[in-house]
Amino acid sequence: MADALSTMLAERDWILADGATGTNLFNMGLSSGDSPELWNVDAPEKIRALYSGPVEAGSDLFLTNTFGGNAARLKLHDAQSRVRELNRAGAELGREIADKAGRTVIVAGSMGPTGEVMAPLGALTYDDAVEIFHEQAEGLKDGGADVLWVETISAPEEYRAAAEAAARAGMPWCGTMSFDTAGRTMMGTTSAEMVKLVGKMDPGPLAFGANCGVGASDLLRTVLGFTEAGADRPVIAKGNAGIPKYVEGHIHYDGTPEVMADYAELARNCGAQIIGGCCGTTPEHLSAMRAALETRPKGARPGLDEIAAKLGGFSSASDGTGDDAGPKRERRGRRRG
Amino acid sequence: MSDEEEDLILSELNDEELVEQMMDDLYDGMKPEIEEGVNILLERGWAPYRILTEALVAGMTIVGNDFRDGILFVPEVLLSANAMKGGMAILKPLLAETGAPRMGKMVIGTVKGDIHDIGKNLVAMMMEGAGFEVVDLGINNPVENYLEALEQEQPDILGMSALLTTTMPYMKVVIDTMVEKGLRDDYVVLVGGAPLNEEFGKAIGADGYCRDAAVAVEMAKDFIKRRHNQMTAS
Repeated sequence: MADALSTMLAERDWILADGATGTNLFNMGLSSGDSPELWNVDAPEKIRALYSGPVEAGSDLFLTNTFGGNAARLKLHDAQSRVRELNRAGAELGREIADKAGRTVIVAGSMGPTGEVMAPLGALTYDDAVEIFHEQAEGLKDGGADVLWVETISAPEEYRAAAEAAARAGMPWCGTMSFDTAGRTMMGTTSAEMVKLVGKMDPGPLAFGANCGVGASDLLRTVLGFTEAGADRPVIAKGNAGIPKYVEGHIHYDGTPEVMADYAELARNCGAQIIGGCCGTTPEHLSAMRAALETRPKGARPGLDEIAAKLGGFSSASDGTGDDAGPKRERRGRRRG
Repeated sequence: MSDEEEDLILSELNDEELVEQMMDDLYDGMKPEIEEGVNILLERGWAPYRILTEALVAGMTIVGNDFRDGILFVPEVLLSANAMKGGMAILKPLLAETGAPRMGKMVIGTVKGDIHDIGKNLVAMMMEGAGFEVVDLGINNPVENYLEALEQEQPDILGMSALLTTTMPYMKVVIDTMVEKGLRDDYVVLVGGAPLNEEFGKAIGADGYCRDAAVAVEMAKDFIKRRHNQMTAS
C-alpha cells in the first residue's frame, strides 16, 4: 500500500504544508534558548494548539515539533538520552490532531540538522550522522508519523546521511535544504547541484526542495532553479514570511498574509507542488495561502522580475546557476597539484 | 597541472614570489605549504609581525573578500583558515616575544540554546587571520558566561552568534544585562548569524550586524580605529 503522502501527491496538483514552528512557539511563551522538543512531554496542550493552527487554517500536511530532536542537539539541554521519547511524543500528538481533522492530513516528522560540521572539515563522521538521524527516525516512526521530513540542511553529506537513516527506519521521506548564502546553502550547494544530488539517491525522497533561507523571493528563485535543472520529482517550497524584525521583545516577520498569498501562487507557478511557509508564517498566513491556491488559476512560470515586483528583491545578484554563474576569481600565482 | 608547476620549490622563490605563492596556498587551504613558507621567511630574517601582515593577513583578506562576494563558501574558507592556523601556531609565540603591535581583542560565543558554531568559528578564524586576539567561548552561552569573560579578558569587542530564530532574541538578553550593569559602553558589541539582519542588530542595541565573517573583520577594524581616535581625543 502506498504511503499517505505518495497517495496525496498522486491525487492533488498542490498540497498546502504548514508554517513556522519555532517562531509560533515563541508566541506561546517559549523562552529563547530553551528546547522546544521538551514541550512534547511537558506541555502537550501547547503542542496540540501548535499543530491545530495549520490544520484549522487548511494545511494538508504539518511538521512535528521535533526539529532539534536529535542527540547532537538535545545534548545541549542534557536530554540526549530522551531522543526516542521526545520524538515519539511529538509524532503521537501530531497523529492525534491529524486523525480528528475529518480529512486527510499528513503528519511529517521534522528532522533538522545536527548543527555539526561533517568530516573531513569537521568532526562528525557520516556513520555517526546516520546513527544520530536513525535514532530520531525510529522515535518519529513509533509515534505514527506518515513521512520523515528532513529540513534546513546545508551539507550534501548530511542530507545523504538523513536519507540513509530514513531507509534504515523503513520510512518514506522528504528533504529540503536551506539556501541562505548568495542563493546557495551555507556549504555552497546550488539549486542545480541539489537536483543532481537527489537524482542519484536510492531510495530518493518523495519530494525535495527548499525551506527557510533568506526571504520568500530568494526561495522562489531556488525553486525556479530546481525546475530548470530538470527536477524529476515533486518540489517543496517552504519560505519565510519575509524578514525577521525585533518588535517589543519578540521576533516579528514582516511578510503579511497578502504577501504570502502571492508567494503561494507564485510558488505553484514556479513548479512547486508542496507549498508552505517557514519562520514567521502563522495560521493567518496559511489561510490566505490556501485561499490563493484555491481561487487563483495556475499561471505561467514567472520570471525573476515578477517575483521581485510582488515579493521584494533578492539578497544576491546571482544564485550560482545558469549562464551567469556568479563571479569567479582570477588567479595570479601558480597553482600546484 | 604541468610538471613545471608540480616541481615548484618554495625555498627557491624570491621573497616576493614566495609571498605571492603563500597567498595562493592560503586560498587553496594548503597547511603544510604555509608552515613551510612561514619558516622560510623567518630563516630569511623577516620579523614575525611582517610575515603575519604581509603574507598571512593579506592572503586571508583575499579569502574573506571572495567569501563575501559569493566566490568561496564555508568548506573552502574552513580549509584556508586551517592553513592560516598552521602558520599562526609558529608565529604566535614569536609575536609575543617581539612585542608586536596588537590589533585588538574579541570575546566571541554562540548564545544559549544554540549549538551552531560554524559561523562563529569562521568569524573567530578570520579575526585571528586579521591579527586580532580571539577568546572563543564556544556554544550555548548563558549571559553569565559572557559577563565573566568580559571581566576576565577585558576585550575590546564582544561577538555573539545565533543561527536559529528561537535563539536570536537571547542576544538582547545579554545586551540588556550589560546595560543594567553599566558595562554596555565599555565594549563594541557585534552580532551575526543567518536569520539576523541590520535592523534586528539595531533593535536589540548592538553596535553592528555582520552579515558574514569578512564583514565582521572590516567592522571590527573600523570600530577599533574609532575607539583609538576617541581615546586620543579625550
